[in-house]
Amino acid sequence: MSEKKIESSENIVMLENRLGISRRSFLQLCAAMAATMGLPPGADAAIAAAVASKKRPSVIWLHFQECTGCTESLLRAEHPTLEKLILDVISLDYHETLFAAAGHQVEAARRLAMKENKGKYLLVVEGAIPTKDKGIYCKIGGQTAIDMLKECAADAAAVVAIGSCSSWGGMPSTGPNPTGSSSASEVLGKVIPNIPGCPPNPYNFLSTVVHFLTFGKLPEVDHLGRPKFAYSRLIHENCERRAHFDAGRFAMEFGDEGHRKGYCLYKLGCKGPETYANCPSILFGDVGNASWPVGTGHPCIGCTEKGIGFTKPIHALADLKNVVPPLGFPRIVEEQGSGATIASVAVVAAAAGAAVGAAAAMAKNLGQVTVPPPEKSDKTEGKTKTERAEP
Amino acid sequence: MSATHNHPAPAPLGGPLVTPVTITLAILVAIAFVILGIRFVLGIGAVTNVSDGYPFGIWIAYDVVIGSAFACGGYSLALLVYIFNKGEYHPMVRPALLASMFGYTLAGASVIFDLGRYWNTWHIFWPGYAQVNSVMFEVAVCITAYIVVMMIEFSPAFLEKFGFKDIHKKLNKVLFLIIALGVLLPSMHQSSLGSLIVVFGNQIHPLWQTIMLPLLFLMTAVMIGFAIVIFESCLSSSGFKRPLELHLLTGLSRLMTGLLAAYLVVRVGDLAVRGALGFMFEPSIEAFMFWVEMGLFAAPLVLLWQPAARQKPARLFVAAFCLLFAGFFLRINAFLVGYETGAGWHYFPAVPEIMVSVGLIALEILGYIVLVRYLPILPKEEQI
Repeated sequence: MSEKKIESSENIVMLENRLGISRRSFLQLCAAMAATMGLPPGADAAIAAAVASKKRPSVIWLHFQECTGCTESLLRAEHPTLEKLILDVISLDYHETLFAAAGHQVEAARRLAMKENKGKYLLVVEGAIPTKDKGIYCKIGGQTAIDMLKECAADAAAVVAIGSCSSWGGMPSTGPNPTGSSSASEVLGKVIPNIPGCPPNPYNFLSTVVHFLTFGKLPEVDHLGRPKFAYSRLIHENCERRAHFDAGRFAMEFGDEGHRKGYCLYKLGCKGPETYANCPSILFGDVGNASWPVGTGHPCIGCTEKGIGFTKPIHALADLKNVVPPLGFPRIVEEQGSGATIASVAVVAAAAGAAVGAAAAMAKNLGQVTVPPPEKSDKTEGKTKTERAEP
Repeated sequence: MSATHNHPAPAPLGGPLVTPVTITLAILVAIAFVILGIRFVLGIGAVTNVSDGYPFGIWIAYDVVIGSAFACGGYSLALLVYIFNKGEYHPMVRPALLASMFGYTLAGASVIFDLGRYWNTWHIFWPGYAQVNSVMFEVAVCITAYIVVMMIEFSPAFLEKFGFKDIHKKLNKVLFLIIALGVLLPSMHQSSLGSLIVVFGNQIHPLWQTIMLPLLFLMTAVMIGFAIVIFESCLSSSGFKRPLELHLLTGLSRLMTGLLAAYLVVRVGDLAVRGALGFMFEPSIEAFMFWVEMGLFAAPLVLLWQPAARQKPARLFVAAFCLLFAGFFLRINAFLVGYETGAGWHYFPAVPEIMVSVGLIALEILGYIVLVRYLPILPKEEQI
């Protein structure tokens, strides 16, 4: 479908009225999401068509051991259309934070939605699941988190874990981990697509959901279940401070000259070199340039990466996974060379003097050579030309 | 080619290898090797004064550019004997070739000392890496090829010594090709050394920046070749107490003087055509060095103008010496003195840097002494 046709299609005109946003803004958002996922040309049109049609798949959103930061980051995103769009394109049938209702009423709504959309709804899991002592440390409506997750996952079309807690355990699983916090995939016993981050970038989540809406399947994921479009590159690879790393310019402590000048934060414990995420490419928080942790001057803590975020101390040096710094760094101060020193002039003068002196002595000796050359030919010894015996 | 001339066959000189001279030379060589060891461990910056503004110093300007020019004796004599068929100079070819081979080999090796990433040197010769449009590439490949050619040209000395007569016979059949290459290759890279400076554009002082530089470098290289043969003949006759081949040197000096006159016409004419004559009267270090250079070029012309003067060994020697220094200053001036890359940049060689160049000169002289005593290079003296 060409872009012109999309713009004038009925669905988009209806969406314009429904959401109160311009068609231009809507199509720009679709194109941005397609680009974020690295989809081929034409995908933006497919996304626009899919989102504009009022399919509105049912979404059930579970909260367990978490801080609601993932939800907050989605809702507080400054992008003007995001909050409207996410509520409009999906039918959010269960979400503890956003529901006006409470208690058994809500649980009943969840069960109804699951029954009506059996095998078609999207399950989103936010928060880790405590497994110690049969999971008694997190209960909702008397049901443990383990049971609730397994019940909801059984008939879901797809399960997506959002945030580090449900992706790999996150902060609740930090040692000594008294409640036995585990990720959703550990509880379900299979790798599920997940969007780690604390909180994750809302656009990574939104893009994943929109991909599901458009193509009926989730995007390609890596061996840990993370969408490759967002988590296939180390932060270090695309970091805006990377040139400083390569040149050996580091902030050594917070507030020092290098820190104020925006040098590399590796020596302050930045985990960018061992953390996979697209933060430097798409930034965070919609407030413009440099709005992500490293951009604001704080080292990356590796929140998307199991065994690094909330595990390694913030000041601990990252392991360099694919980029090893050179043995020597170029100097920051460019030396312009020194002029003549007394010693070097003396050596040049001595060399020149020796050459001229030897030549003069040679010339003096040669001046006394008669033609034809002398018969005498004592060739047993080769002394220096200046020591040469007179013929 | 030179078979019609009857010359005494070359023979090893013999004599002691350990003398005060060779020991002094060996010490200078050892100092240079220690400094080069430091260079390969701690980097070029540890022992030289080169910087981003002066990326080359005397290790290029002297060791390579002047070093290879001083090694043009073999080239000039091959040109004379084999191209202009002046067979009477044939006895001088082999000693000149030895000095040339030494000079060029050390010039080629010096490039590696000066390369920051010397371990990538092989890239020059690897088709995928080589930048075939570069003047540096032309110089590098040409000098390398010439070193190999000279080793083959010189190999009869080894073959005679160790008695490989069959190989020697076979080699003689194709030697003319090698000799032709031995004349072609230096003509190419000695002029290209001038082109290196041309590509620097207006970073080079107008007294030296000219499109004629390749020609000037080539002419001076041939002259230096004659001068170095005269210089070495005087030195070896004095040092080894052998009779001076004065009749040959006189002939060479006549050619040298003629070429020198032509050179000065081209040099001054070029300055005049470019309107650059005024620069030599400015109160600057460049103008001063220009006068030194031109004075040294003019001196041999004055010294050897009269045909009778060319019969005097002392005059020949001093004239050759002046011409060598003139060629030295032309290259130092064009590469370093006349090179201005912007405000604040300075270069003067550091002491260790100079000692490496001194050590290389010592190594050449030492190698020459050892080889003429050991291999058949100098013509056998007639009275023995």
